[in-house]
Amino acid sequence: MTIELENDIDPKLFPILEQVSDPEIPVLSIMDMGVVRFAKMIDAVAQIKITPTYSGCPAMDVIGEDIIEAFAKENIEAKVSLVLSPAWTTDWITPNGRKSLEEYGIAAPLEENADKEALLGNKKIVKCTNCGSVQTKLVSQFGSTACKALFQCEDCLEPFDYFKCLK
Amino acid sequence: MMKNENLVHYIYGIADNALILGQRLSELCGHGPSLETDIALTNMALDLLGQTRSYYQYAAALLGDGKTEDDIAYLRIERQYKNVLLVEQPNKHFGYVIARQFFYDVFHLLLLQELQNSKDETLSAIAKKGIKEVSYHQRFSSDWIKRLGDGTEESRKKVQEAIDDLWKFTDELFHMTEDDKLVFEAQIGVDVTALKQTYYQRVKEILDEATLSIPEIKWFQKGGKQGIHSEHMGYLLADLQYMQRAYPNMKW
Repeated sequence: MTIELENDIDPKLFPILEQVSDPEIPVLSIMDMGVVRFAKMIDAVAQIKITPTYSGCPAMDVIGEDIIEAFAKENIEAKVSLVLSPAWTTDWITPNGRKSLEEYGIAAPLEENADKEALLGNKKIVKCTNCGSVQTKLVSQFGSTACKALFQCEDCLEPFDYFKCLK
Repeated sequence: MMKNENLVHYIYGIADNALILGQRLSELCGHGPSLETDIALTNMALDLLGQTRSYYQYAAALLGDGKTEDDIAYLRIERQYKNVLLVEQPNKHFGYVIARQFFYDVFHLLLLQELQNSKDETLSAIAKKGIKEVSYHQRFSSDWIKRLGDGTEESRKKVQEAIDDLWKFTDELFHMTEDDKLVFEAQIGVDVTALKQTYYQRVKEILDEATLSIPEIKWFQKGGKQGIHSEHMGYLLADLQYMQRAYPNMKW
């Protein structure tokens, strides 16, 4: 566990890293998720550093193994380590990642203040991923995973996950 | 002068709170009063256990004697755990779980907000990560305090009883051990005595809003930070440590 200030990724490694997805949100690559902080070839070994979305995120072990496997397919040895700082934020999800989330049925995170209003139930602003209505209500602050909250649409009645803003 | 050993003990103090509270919440997995609360409580357990791992990994690195995070979590004896008495109290009922959580969350957030300024980069990083998670915990437990307090006659009665019962454990949160003092002097640790006033102010605000009252108790219980625990701790550890004790070094 070390501390890394900025993300530093060799563009040549992008295509391999993009094949790895979050096991809990399979439509989202780890690049779109913004969890890869460092990726470089050092002495013929791919050194990869990833950061957890949440401290206890059980997906991190699987992501680490999947990265090693993706590189092994290209006959490259990879080493994966975990960095904690700077802490992951939902701002690092790429525009493409947000689009994938919405298509998958998970409402993408709002900006910080709007997120608070939505989670406190003060404003109806989270859009239903099924019908697009904003007549939605918070069912639970915690959804199927720690990073999501559970909402329900009052128009089409569909329950859906909302990816909470993490700043 | 602070020694490595003092820092390790300081880290245990913080991490053991997260481990033991995480363990208590894990006991509720599949037993929550509703699906949503069950998921919320276990998600919070996961956050706490994740934080615990980061602390223990760091403590193991500082020890440098080949011990791992698992040794620290599973193979210490009761007296070596430095968690406060509050977090080891049993899950009597949902109102009790929420009151215990609320009392800890308010403290936990204040602590991490200070710890993020630590001169120790690793502790600062763990704190910064934790703040984001604990903010959600505090929101969840505060909301439920209000909901139960300002709810039905029965919910109000139960949560008030829980507050009356747990209040005596809140003062210990602000005690400084010898290790805490040395680590604070090294500008790594937090002076928890300085958090006390803000803590009770915040707690009072939420309890007022929940129409709940603060018990008139002048006597507070302590001991956990010195490793002297309540009768519940042994049972909790028996559950937590069973697999590693019965099958040493077993892995999933």
